[in-house]
Parts: sequence; C-alpha cells; structure tokens
Amino acid sequence: MTEVADRPAAAVGQPMLRKEDARLVTGETTWTDNIQLPGMLYCAILRSPIAHARITRVDVSAAKERPGVVAAFSGADLADSWSTLPTAWTVSADMKSPPHLPLATDKARYVGDGVALVVATDRYAAADALDAIEVDYDPLPAVVDMTAAQQDASALVHDDVPNNRCFTYREDWGDHEATKQGDVLTISRRFINQRLIPNAIEPRSVVATAIPATGEVTVWSATQVPHFVRIFLSLNTGWPEQKIRVIAPDVGGGFGSKLDVYAEDVIIPVLAHKLGRPVKWTESRSEGYLATIHGRDLIQDVEMTVTRDGVVKGLKVDLTVDMGAYLQLLTPCIPLLGRYMYPGIYKFEAHTLTCQGIFTNKTPTDAYRGAGRPEATFVIERIMDDAAVELGMDPIEFRRRNWITKSEFPYTTIAGLEYDSGDYEAATERALALLEYDKLRTEQAERRQRGDTVQIGIGTSTYTEMCGLAPSRWLGETGYVAGGWEAASVRVLPTGRAEVVVGTSPHGQSHATTFAQLASDELGIPFDDIDVFYGDTGSAPIGLDTYGSRSLAVCGVAIQKAAQRVVEKARQVAAHLLEADAGDVEFESGAFRVRGAPESQKSIQELAFAAFSAHSMPEGVEPVLSADAVHDPDVFSIPHGTHLCAAEVDTETGAVKLRSYVAVDDVGVVVNPVIVDGQVHGGVAQGVAQALYEEAVYDDDGNLVSGTMADYLVPAAPDLPPWTLDRTVTPSTTNSLGVKGVGETGTIASTPAVVNAVIDAVRHLGVTDIRMPCSPERVWRAIKDARGATPGGAA
Amino acid sequence: MVQISVMVDGVRHEDDVEPRLLLVHYLRDRLGKTGTPIGCDTSNCGACTVLLDGASVKSCSVLAAQADGTAVTTIQGLSNDGQWHPVQQAFHECHALQCGYCTPGMILASVDLLSRNPDPSDEQIREGLEGNLCRCTGYQNIVEAVRTAGTAMRAGSNGETAATTGVPEGVSA
Repeated sequence: MTEVADRPAAAVGQPMLRKEDARLVTGETTWTDNIQLPGMLYCAILRSPIAHARITRVDVSAAKERPGVVAAFSGADLADSWSTLPTAWTVSADMKSPPHLPLATDKARYVGDGVALVVATDRYAAADALDAIEVDYDPLPAVVDMTAAQQDASALVHDDVPNNRCFTYREDWGDHEATKQGDVLTISRRFINQRLIPNAIEPRSVVATAIPATGEVTVWSATQVPHFVRIFLSLNTGWPEQKIRVIAPDVGGGFGSKLDVYAEDVIIPVLAHKLGRPVKWTESRSEGYLATIHGRDLIQDVEMTVTRDGVVKGLKVDLTVDMGAYLQLLTPCIPLLGRYMYPGIYKFEAHTLTCQGIFTNKTPTDAYRGAGRPEATFVIERIMDDAAVELGMDPIEFRRRNWITKSEFPYTTIAGLEYDSGDYEAATERALALLEYDKLRTEQAERRQRGDTVQIGIGTSTYTEMCGLAPSRWLGETGYVAGGWEAASVRVLPTGRAEVVVGTSPHGQSHATTFAQLASDELGIPFDDIDVFYGDTGSAPIGLDTYGSRSLAVCGVAIQKAAQRVVEKARQVAAHLLEADAGDVEFESGAFRVRGAPESQKSIQELAFAAFSAHSMPEGVEPVLSADAVHDPDVFSIPHGTHLCAAEVDTETGAVKLRSYVAVDDVGVVVNPVIVDGQVHGGVAQGVAQALYEEAVYDDDGNLVSGTMADYLVPAAPDLPPWTLDRTVTPSTTNSLGVKGVGETGTIASTPAVVNAVIDAVRHLGVTDIRMPCSPERVWRAIKDARGATPGGAA
Repeated sequence: MVQISVMVDGVRHEDDVEPRLLLVHYLRDRLGKTGTPIGCDTSNCGACTVLLDGASVKSCSVLAAQADGTAVTTIQGLSNDGQWHPVQQAFHECHALQCGYCTPGMILASVDLLSRNPDPSDEQIREGLEGNLCRCTGYQNIVEAVRTAGTAMRAGSNGETAATTGVPEGVSA
C-alpha cells in the first residue's frame, strides 16, 4: 500500500518526465537502420534520372559480376513477385488509380521511380554496383505543371488517364451564387500552397528476414503504420497475413511521410524471401527527397462574399491538386481531408468546394503534418485578413463578427461538421494580451508614418481543426477501405506492475509517457510501474496506427475503457475475497474497500496476484487481471486556438524576422502539459517553415532542383524565434477523456498567421499577396512590383 | 586498405579500413556503435555529430582513416558509470527531444558549445547549434536544455564532465 499512498492524486495533468528519453539520450536506440542480422545483405535501388521515359531495356548482368553483389534484378524480373501498391481511399466514382508497381517496368514516371536493384554484402558494394546496370530510356515530354497537364496537348503520365485528371469532386452546401445578390463584396484570390518535403530526420529504412521453410516473414520498417504494412504486404504478395510480422521500432519522426506503404516495404521482404537471407535498405537523404512522399502542392482559387458591414455569406473554393506520378496510400484524399475545414470557425450561409486531382511526372504527394487541414486553414485565414482590409476593419474585429460564439456550441457548420465545444473569445483575448496587440498596432502606425526601412506586421490565425481520425462509419461513407477505431489491452501482472499494449505507435509523440499517465489514474498503479508497448504486430496485433492526431483522442479512450474493465474485474475478485457484495466495494487510488468497513480492503496489486494464482475466483470470473477494449469514435474532436505573429520586414532586403509568436490553443483536457507544449512548438515551427523557408522546386524537365538538404531550407535554431504559449481548456464533450488532439494544431495554425503578418507589414506599400515561401527575394520583388520601381534604392 | 588505431568511447580499436570509409559508417557498421545516427548525405543535419579529440565533428564528413590516432566520443560514451552528462540530463528534464533522432548529435554539439562558451546567451546557443537540425521540437526546449546544462555545469560538475568527455580546456572553434 505504500506505493499507492506515494502516488500523486492524479497523474493526468502532471508534467511527468518522459519514459522514452533514457534510451534516446544515451544512444541505446533501435532505429531500423541499426538492426544487424547474421548474413544480412544490403539493397540499393536504381532510380530513373528522367522524369518521363519509356524503359526499352534493362540489363543487370554486369552488376551481378561486381564484387560483393549477390543478386540484381530489373522491375520485369520481379514483376511476378508482387502486385500494385495500395491506395486506400476512393474519393470519387471517377477516380483513376493506375497500376503502381514497386519497380517500374514499362515507363519511368518521375525522377526517382525505381527501375532496378542490386543486393550486395555491404552498402558500399551495393551502391557501387548500381553503376553497372544498363538502362535504355526513351524520353517522353515531362508533365510538370498541373494546369498545363490538363490541356489536350499535354503528354499523359498514364496512357489511360485523359487530361491527366485523376478525379473530380464537388460538394455544395447552400447556394453560393445566391450569396452574391445584394450589396455584397466579392473577394477572389488565388493561393498557391507549395509542394513541401516532410524531412523526418530519420530517413526511411526497411529490414526483412524470412524463413522460406515456413513462409514466416519479419519486417522492420521506419513506418508510422506497421499494421497497414502487414495487411497490404499480405495483399500485395499473397503471403498469408498471419505469417507476417511487422515491427516499427524506434521511429525518428514521420509527419505523415511514414504513413504509407512504400515500394520498399514490399521490395525488401520479397528479396529476403527470395534470397533466404536478411536484407536491409536505407534511403540516403537525397534518395528520400525523391522516393518518399511530398506534401501539399495545391492551387487554391477562392471566392468569398461578405456584406459591407462585415458579415461573411458564401465561400467557394476550387482546388487543383498535384498527385504526382502515382497514387500512394492516401494521395487523393489528402486535399479532401480538409473538405470540412474551409469555413473555419465562421458562420457561412453557403459553401461550395470543388477539387480535381492531377497526375504529373513528380514524386507522389500524400499526407504531410495536418494533411488537408493546413491547406484549408491557410485559405480561410488568409482571405479573412484580406477581406478585413477591404472592409476597412481590424482583422480581429472582423473575425469576432463572424465566428461561432461560445453560447452557440454545439454548432454544425455549413460544411456539416459538428463542433462540440470551444471558446474563441477567450483564446483570442488571451493571445491579444500576450502579444500586446494594441501596442504593436501603435508601433506599426508610427513606423509607417516615419517610413522606416523595417516595417512590422501582425498576422492572425483563429484556426480550428478536426482530430481523432476517425469514426469508422464516416470513413466508410467517404470511400476509405478501413475503419478508424483503436485498440488497447491493459494487464496487471502478478507482481503488481502493469503493461498497456496499444495499436498506435509513436515517432516522437510520447505515447509511453502519456498513456502510462492515463492508465495510472484509472488503475491506481504508480506511473513508474506502468509500461506501454506498441509498434509490433506480434505483440500488439490489433491497431490502426498513428496519424491525424488520433492517438490520445481515440486510443486514449480505448486504454481508459480497458483499464475500467480491469478495475471492474478486480472489484469482483475483491468482493469475493472480502466476502462482500461487489456493489458494496468501492475503488479509489488503487484500493478496493468495503463500504462502511474501510479496514477490509485489497490493493489492485494484491488482486492481480489473486487473479493470477486463481486459487479462489468468484463464480464465472476468469483468471488473470487483464482486459481489452476497442474504441470507435462517433465524431471527430475539434481543437481550436488563436495564433498571432508579429513580423519585421526589411523593405530594402525583403528579409523577414519574426519578432514574436503567440499561440493560445484549446486542445481540451491536457494529460501532460510539457509534452503538449512540445507538440505545439514543433508544429508551429513546421508551419513557419512553409510560410518562410521551404519549397520543393522542379524544373521544366521534371528534375527536383531542391534535391538535397543543402538545397531545401529546413530551418535551424537561428531561423526560428522563441514561441509564447498558453492554453484555454474547454473539454471535448465527445469523448470520455475530454481530449481533442494536438499533434497537428501548430502546423495548421501557424502558416497563415506568418504570411498574414508579412503581408500586413508591407500592405501599405501596395502588396496584397506574397507567394510562399516568403523568401527575401519574393518579399523584395513583391514590394518592388507594388511600387512599380526598385524600393528604397535597393537593387 | 588503411590501418587505423582509434579510441572510441574509451576503447582502442585497430582496424583495416577502405580509404573511402566514412567515420560514421565505421562506427555504425564495423563497431556496432549505432547510437550515432545518419540523417543526411550533405552534412547539413548534424545527427551524426561526435566529438573528435573533444571537438564536435559531423562523422559523415570525416573519413575513418582521418580518425586514426584520435579519440572519438559518441553519445554512447558520454555517460560516466551510468551517470548522465549534465547535457543529457538537461535534455531529459527540459523535454528537448521528441523522436530523439537528432538528439545524439544535438547533445554532442551542445557539449562542444558549452566547452567553448560555458555561459552562452540564447542567441549564442541558437547560433552555436545552427549545424544541427531538429524537425520535432521547434528548438525552444533545446535552447532551454543547453542553458540549463550550462548552469548545472558551471555550478560545479564541469571538472568531472571534462574528464569524462575528453574535452580539453580552452578548445576554440
């Protein structure tokens, strides 16, 4: 009982130090590339250097003669070993999902498309032997621009997909055209949400080993989705699913880029199976820039109608989205995951959304942190600032006139999504105070009046998002093949410690700590006595993995349910041993006491041993103190917040410096405030990176110009300011934990806040838009173009 | 083949290596020192940072042959008898890591930074870690951790630390 007495009243809400850290700060880690197995071979993949070409000949014979080479294969050699890679979401009846083999056989469709491979005894020998593979390419015109791609004259990425159009989608809520009647302002904008490279710091890696005699295959993959990989590897190869074990060991960041079933997740197990030896493949960073998905890449045409006194009426959004060369696991649904988020937190009368997905000869796009929701938030928060300017209103005041007020929750938006709770007023007031908004506006006016070289701007983003992916029923209705539930098992071991086994696995999110806090409170077992297990389909066989800010909002509830079942079982055992009625046994902080007889008690640890030894169990109660639960959410959870950014812009150089950044988020109940803050820090950084620094650039021939980390500006510490954080707490009413999700909020919120700030700084000079990233050159050119002359003498 | 003799985390290794073998691959593939990860191929990310005779280097940018005759400290050699280095402790206490992939490099670069400037300003910390990229934390807690570690080391544990890491006093950039 000492342990129970020493336990804090509640672990939830405490800034517990992370269980994960001990291995990570000492280097005792298991990244996939760390795995060494006896007799292991290394695979290197030859990738097309041409964006679009017919493959007329592949000859690997010379490569096989190179030192250390064990095998070499072309795509054709292995074509019978696998089938097309999966796309899990059919977003429309007209969607085209062309075949996508792990290695190309007929055409190379982007720079980086795999065409052949070698397997050798070490990674240097494998890389060397790639040079000996001969491939004849018959170049075709590269389809690079997604607008030109739709012209009849354009080359076709896939011969049977006319106009390179993958799908079209349209949804109307109300009559947008009708909102133009009367004395309203119609504001039209074209926003470019540029292509990004996710840049998880751990490159992707796959290791596989097989036992040909039994057909058993074990795969380690740097993936967010070991369960997906297992199912789809089985479907792809025809291997029995129960023979496949997939392990996501330590995974070094994902941000959506590891939410996929990649060619290598099939290639490497197939090679291990074929050769009877373990095989490893690890991408180099530059290889990953080609072979791992990119994010975003949309043209967003927007039209908003608003009354002269500042009431929004209608919103029409037309999206053109670059799919890249093939559909990866979720490619077509990413822009549509944001389909309900375009109206943001505002009350519209009508909303129309259209979307068309276009194939190009580029790396496929797919989920990148926020996945459709940052894109939507960018549009609505950018145009809200622009509309406020056109109306001559303060952007905060304009938002206030249009947002859902606290008393209106639950509120169903024009897009049909129910927002359960929120307090936009409180979050905004807090953010304004932290930023010292009025003081900054005064300084802004003074600087403008003085004509300072350095101007300042304030950007606002009062974002919301949908988290907790996802209700299975909704997923089915929208064309997704699987569900969105999550599973947990809770076991109290004979020695009184507990283990929690979950179906979502982390790549930095701190599941081991957060989930142990939850379980500690439910079970009354000390935090230090609980460990969490995940990421291995052998030991955690049931699960749907990690994405869409779902782990706490969905899996957390499953843990709570399982733990409550454990407690109920323990209550039965306690009642039996204490010779009381179960209805009279109370549970608090790990102790079961008979009501009215507090000296008559059993600890949960004692009951765990009693249930293990099972010498005297109540009638109908099975031995062992454990329980499983699966939770399928009814609805999404809806965090929100107000992010404000103050940017300094040097009008002579175009350089942008963030002076301050305030994020006030409402993510519902917070389990671990330090971990939540960390998620916001990193999320905001990634959104700022899109606003100011990052862009995947292709030339007209489809070459990735920003093809190495030296050419793509992942921000370092000096490139980012300190963040000022605060929270409001409006518990979610749609799950029993009251939690909402925080993994993506920062990225969703911050990009428009920063761009709005940059534009606000130079709007008085005539600038109305700057394309992301707002690099010094782009900002300088925008000022120059607006003035019609070189600004301030700079040239 | 080149014959090298290199001290890694206090253990001497004598090996024949290909002239082109990178130090990071020597550490990982030959010695099994997988605590030092690889994050890029252009020496931008700094994940593979180790201390070479006390000064931080990106081990992807050093040949194993160049390490001949040197002492290398990796993240796996930074603790002393299970006692974490103050920078390791501060990273834990300040939640300065999430996925942890950049952490070995970030910690060793911070050790080097603090050896050269025991009391850095936040701006100096940010500038000092410019060669190490983190995608998870937005750097704020890393800055705090380095500041916290600096305070702890100045408060008295720095003598022991220098001995542990082989950081010679007065090493300059």
